[in-house]
Amino acid sequence: MAKSSKKEKPAAQVLLKSLTGIKGLDEITGGGLPQGRPTLICGGTGCGKTLLSMEFLVRGATQFNEPGIFMSFEEKSEELTTNFASMGFDLNALAAQEKLVLEYIHIEKNEIEETGEYDLEGLFIRLGHAIDSIGAKRVVLDTIEALFSGLSNENILRAELRRLFRFLKDRGVTAIVTGEQGERTLTRHGLEEYVADCVIFLNHAVSQQIATRRLRIIKYRGSNHGTNEYPFLIDEDGFSVMPVSSLGLDHPAATGRVSTGVDRLDTMLGGKGYYKGSSILVSGTAGTGKSSMAAHFVNTACQRGERCFYFAFEESKNQIIRNMRSIGIDLEQWVNKGLLTFQNNRPTLYGLEMHLVSMHKSIERFQPSIVVIDPISNLVAAASEAEVRSMLSRLIDYLKMKQITAFCTDLTTAASVIEKTEVGISSLVDTWLLLQTIEASGERNRALYILKSRGMHHSNQIREFILSDDGIQLRNVYVGPGGVLTGSARIIQEEQDMAKALEHKQTVERKQREVEQKKALVESQIAVLRAQYQSEKDDLHVLMAREKEREASSVKGSLALARSRQADDLHQGQKAGKKPGKGTRS
Amino acid sequence: MTVTRKKEPAQVVEAEPVEERWTLRLYVAGQTPKSLAAFSNLKKICEEHLAGRYRIEVIDLLVNPKLAKDDQILAVPTLIRKLPEPMKRIIGDLSDTERVLVGLDVRPAA
Repeated sequence: MAKSSKKEKPAAQVLLKSLTGIKGLDEITGGGLPQGRPTLICGGTGCGKTLLSMEFLVRGATQFNEPGIFMSFEEKSEELTTNFASMGFDLNALAAQEKLVLEYIHIEKNEIEETGEYDLEGLFIRLGHAIDSIGAKRVVLDTIEALFSGLSNENILRAELRRLFRFLKDRGVTAIVTGEQGERTLTRHGLEEYVADCVIFLNHAVSQQIATRRLRIIKYRGSNHGTNEYPFLIDEDGFSVMPVSSLGLDHPAATGRVSTGVDRLDTMLGGKGYYKGSSILVSGTAGTGKSSMAAHFVNTACQRGERCFYFAFEESKNQIIRNMRSIGIDLEQWVNKGLLTFQNNRPTLYGLEMHLVSMHKSIERFQPSIVVIDPISNLVAAASEAEVRSMLSRLIDYLKMKQITAFCTDLTTAASVIEKTEVGISSLVDTWLLLQTIEASGERNRALYILKSRGMHHSNQIREFILSDDGIQLRNVYVGPGGVLTGSARIIQEEQDMAKALEHKQTVERKQREVEQKKALVESQIAVLRAQYQSEKDDLHVLMAREKEREASSVKGSLALARSRQADDLHQGQKAGKKPGKGTRS
Repeated sequence: MTVTRKKEPAQVVEAEPVEERWTLRLYVAGQTPKSLAAFSNLKKICEEHLAGRYRIEVIDLLVNPKLAKDDQILAVPTLIRKLPEPMKRIIGDLSDTERVLVGLDVRPAA
């Protein structure tokens, strides 16, 4: 604060920080170590103190243009150079560029005779000279406690240490002091007394024969910081911390959908497949086709040009590729195209947190849109169930945050309830497919069921599927008296249905023929009747014609008679009027 | 004048001084009371035990800071016995004469 208050007023409120450049550590510390102040890093033997401090210097020199001094009280400069070459840090090159100075301070108690009063001005001069020679901004003292074993006058030492920290502050360098963990104290010689600004504790604990490295910020004066124990990883890239415990539940929810890779399964899931960025769990007993389901999903994603990361905890990459070829899926082409990457680890390789950290690292590096974990249940081998659950929930949270679709498989044992995951993460997943084998009439057949699928309509049917040369194929549903028919029973049912359909078809055809015949019969009868009618009609005409002739002749006869009798004309006229009317009608 | 003998008491007294030249180097940081005390203490002890056979070099690290690294100086004042071999290292203001003699491997006068 003293340093920052010298600057302009608004900045005086804020503690200045020096970025470490170490993955994750800057996030936890909210921007790095306190600038211009000493920080204590303590922990047991082999916990990574030296590495962390050296990386602080190397990254400072390479990324932030802040040269650094490494004062080693334990390892010689050549040893340090050799050790860090294996991590990819070329200390000699940095030294040649005047960005790094390695100072080895040799203390050997039996070579030193103490005769009266002294001070550690020599150390100060060395340090001051080194800082001046390259304009260093960062200093590491690893580990200054060696002084206690080299010099016996503790009173002088403590006074000098206090002076040293003041000296470092006065020089405005951001310093790291390392200290070995004491039995009840953070450091064996109580260094935390002098370095009050920031204390980072590294831990390397072994549980169930698996070691996990963890980092915790015990104190950071004047700054917020993550308070949890964060697992960290030391690998060929150096130090990386994953602040995974700090994830919240405010991840975005995508509405896009991704195909499952199995057409008819898409149909079962509202016709479109899984939600993008959701978490999918496929659980089932051994040999129910979980990995095949995963392979389908990966295959279609790669066909769309998406990147997939496959964490295999059970099989090797080559084994998976070979096995999936048997169901007509060629994963190798995607590997060759760089769309698909496998990471095969035994779960017991390291602790869960380390798994998580290494998965994080791989995901950050590869930037996939789909991550497959096959199977999650194997992680139980590395830790207890509760730990696995916490780890997976953090992993799923992280993947959701990154909008990565997570596809996990879970092996359930035959004895346990199938609607329960081995690691109890069922409440975390969005879509849960249950694969099971249905045992009936002396055979076992595979079936799948959508146990849940949040936020979409999904089928409620148990569907049988087969692993064919063309991959997973869902069969039609046949429900018999004892439930869904599968395997041979289904085939028999299919045949029966076919026979029934044929019979039905034949019946219809027969009926059709009968109707045709009836129609022909009716038509012929109609023709006969019509002929009868026609002949009767013809007869009628003949009859009527004859009648007319007969009438005409009778009128002629009456006229003649009337004429002979001199009868009235009018009467005759009336009769004559009627006749032509009749005649026109007929 | 006292004879300085190394480990073998049987050695001839006169033969030794010829080959044994003592080179002592005193590292200080400025003219502090401690460094002045160290110098006077050293001078006294040498006169007493190594008269005529010693040479003292005083090095001020404030003037030559680089030497602090080269000679692995941590505490100040530091006295280094360059010759005779092996090199010996003594820190402090040399006020404890007994310990200085032990440190320098000088046999005190009987």
